[in-house]
Amino acid sequence: MPEKKIRVLIAKPGLDGHDRGAKIIARALRDAGMEVIYTGLRQTPEMIASAAAQEDVDVIGLSILSGAHNTLVPQLIELLKQKGMSDVTVLLGGTIPDADIADLKKAGVAEIFLPGTSTQDIVKFVRQHAARKA
Amino acid sequence: MSDPGKPANHDKTSRGTAPEKITERAAEFTTVSSHPIRRLYTPDDLSTWDPDRDLGVPGEPPYTRGIHPRMYRSRLWTMRQFAGFGSAQDTNQRFRYLLSQGQAGLSVAFDLPTLMGYDSDDALSEGEVGKCGVAISSLADMEALFDQIPLGDVSTSMTINAPAAVIWAMYLAVAEKQGVDWKLLNGTLQNDILKEYIAQKEYIYPPKPSMRLVIDTFEFGLRNTPRFNPISISGYHIREAGSTAIQELAFTLRDGIEYVEWGIRRGLEVDSFAPRLSFFFNAHNDFFEEIAKYRAARRIWYKTMTERFGAKSARSTALRFHAQTAGCSLTAQQPYNNVVRTALQALAAVMGGAQSLHTNSLDEAWALPTEFAATLALRTQQILAHETGVANIADPFGGSYFVETLTNEAEAAALDYIRKIDDMGGMIAAIERGYAQREIADAAYRYQTAVDRKEKIIVGVNEFTGEEKPIEILRIGESVRAQQSGSLRKLRAERSGEELQRQLDALRKAARGSENLMPHIYAAVKAYATLGEICAAMRDVFGTHEEASVT
Repeated sequence: MPEKKIRVLIAKPGLDGHDRGAKIIARALRDAGMEVIYTGLRQTPEMIASAAAQEDVDVIGLSILSGAHNTLVPQLIELLKQKGMSDVTVLLGGTIPDADIADLKKAGVAEIFLPGTSTQDIVKFVRQHAARKA
Repeated sequence: MSDPGKPANHDKTSRGTAPEKITERAAEFTTVSSHPIRRLYTPDDLSTWDPDRDLGVPGEPPYTRGIHPRMYRSRLWTMRQFAGFGSAQDTNQRFRYLLSQGQAGLSVAFDLPTLMGYDSDDALSEGEVGKCGVAISSLADMEALFDQIPLGDVSTSMTINAPAAVIWAMYLAVAEKQGVDWKLLNGTLQNDILKEYIAQKEYIYPPKPSMRLVIDTFEFGLRNTPRFNPISISGYHIREAGSTAIQELAFTLRDGIEYVEWGIRRGLEVDSFAPRLSFFFNAHNDFFEEIAKYRAARRIWYKTMTERFGAKSARSTALRFHAQTAGCSLTAQQPYNNVVRTALQALAAVMGGAQSLHTNSLDEAWALPTEFAATLALRTQQILAHETGVANIADPFGGSYFVETLTNEAEAAALDYIRKIDDMGGMIAAIERGYAQREIADAAYRYQTAVDRKEKIIVGVNEFTGEEKPIEILRIGESVRAQQSGSLRKLRAERSGEELQRQLDALRKAARGSENLMPHIYAAVKAYATLGEICAAMRDVFGTHEEASVT
């Protein structure tokens, strides 16, 4: 039987429209054989949580370059908890200052990928984490 | 159109050949945009190139060598550092500091809520107020932003697009309060909505009503602000989104063509508004490719304006541009390396004949710059201008076999794209079918794949890496939103609600018709309608744009 494909939601929360990174990651994960859903721009945490539930994803990848991560990411994680979706792996990519990383991880972000990360490192991380859960 | 010439086979000619047995570092050499670079360029590459026709002299058609006869010998480029963060008061202080340090012009960066037409106290603004630029929600904020800065003495560039008409109306209202004649105002609105759909994605309304607003500012500016550039047609963001240099060149110039067509369709005489169209390009890492891009841009624009639009005025045909070093080339790792990258990119912009320049700060892969980093970036330009000697001469690469060939190739490839977009029915049609967006996404992915495979090296990222200590970065707290919400509450309580409704209703009514909206927007601004209220009034009539995402 074919292995179940890993399902990933790539989302751009907040007002920022810079989607180069989100689109590259979406394509790299898809090229690696995963099922990728891209939300498009300007998603509120509520919209992302609903899309994640509806699409039954294993992983949510957030791309934030605007400095709004400390507000938006904890809101999303809280919503996932309320929906009983705490098992979904939340990843964050973007310009995240070192000083914020510990708190975001404590809030429940599985990993934070900074500018310059190879797409292959992200593919590897997603595979390992999704496999651990399966 | 120039013929790029037949590539010479240098293994078979007597000129400067390298024997086959000498091995090279790579199987193929390409620019950062993956444009192939041959081993050597010789007169054979320029066999159809005519220096009188294709090069000319600075200040004369086709302006390949620059738009002024003396270039930087008569006037240096304008050092224009983009700045804005936190509240209007915070940014006002940074502006006054930059002016005191010898900066010639102001350039305002707005925060994301402002760019999207939302007030600071809107629910959607949470977490974003003052983060990526300054928060401006009303005329009161604009008054604070330019407090003690005489608008008749500075030139101000404003990076604002979807709500550009509203922000411009606020600026004009501040000028009026300061008693400055609008006819003396100098500056530039970015106001390039097409590149928002293509690349940066800070759009509000659908393309057609958005274009109407742009042409409204052209028309209003012609009558009222003859020295203000109503638009800066921007390739910068197209490149930052991952395009190649040629895509940046082609899509930007095709956007320019679209604006000219819309202006003419409005009934404006081409030579009345074309002289005020300005451009904005990226200054990326590949030194010669960038120089060729700027040279080709001027030559294409000259030919386009004269041949396609029959422009007669020299100022309609000479392409003026601002350049900014490539933000996307900055690395979060080993951030001090960014000073070097920026200096080299700035050098390319100067060699390419830029009219004004912004140099990025070393910490901008992390956040908005600290005052230290912003000052160092300005000093980089001052060193280029005053110490290196590069400002002594116009177009130093004119006549180089290599740079002339690259210029010809950039022109030919850009014209191919422009023809393709013409065939689709213009830029809006190309945007609606996702053509430009897909070309850029493909190029961005190709580049990332090359970096992942180490076919392209980024120092400190995929090669020459090492442990490092974090640098100090600028932090913007959440207090700006609270402060802004407080002042907005006060503003809403103090203004005349009746006058406000009257102006917003008049704006809605005018938006349903076809008259110029600038006078109505100006009247609403003067009644202290907020940015969010004015943009919402137009949203009621125009609706909003949703893109079909291309991944």
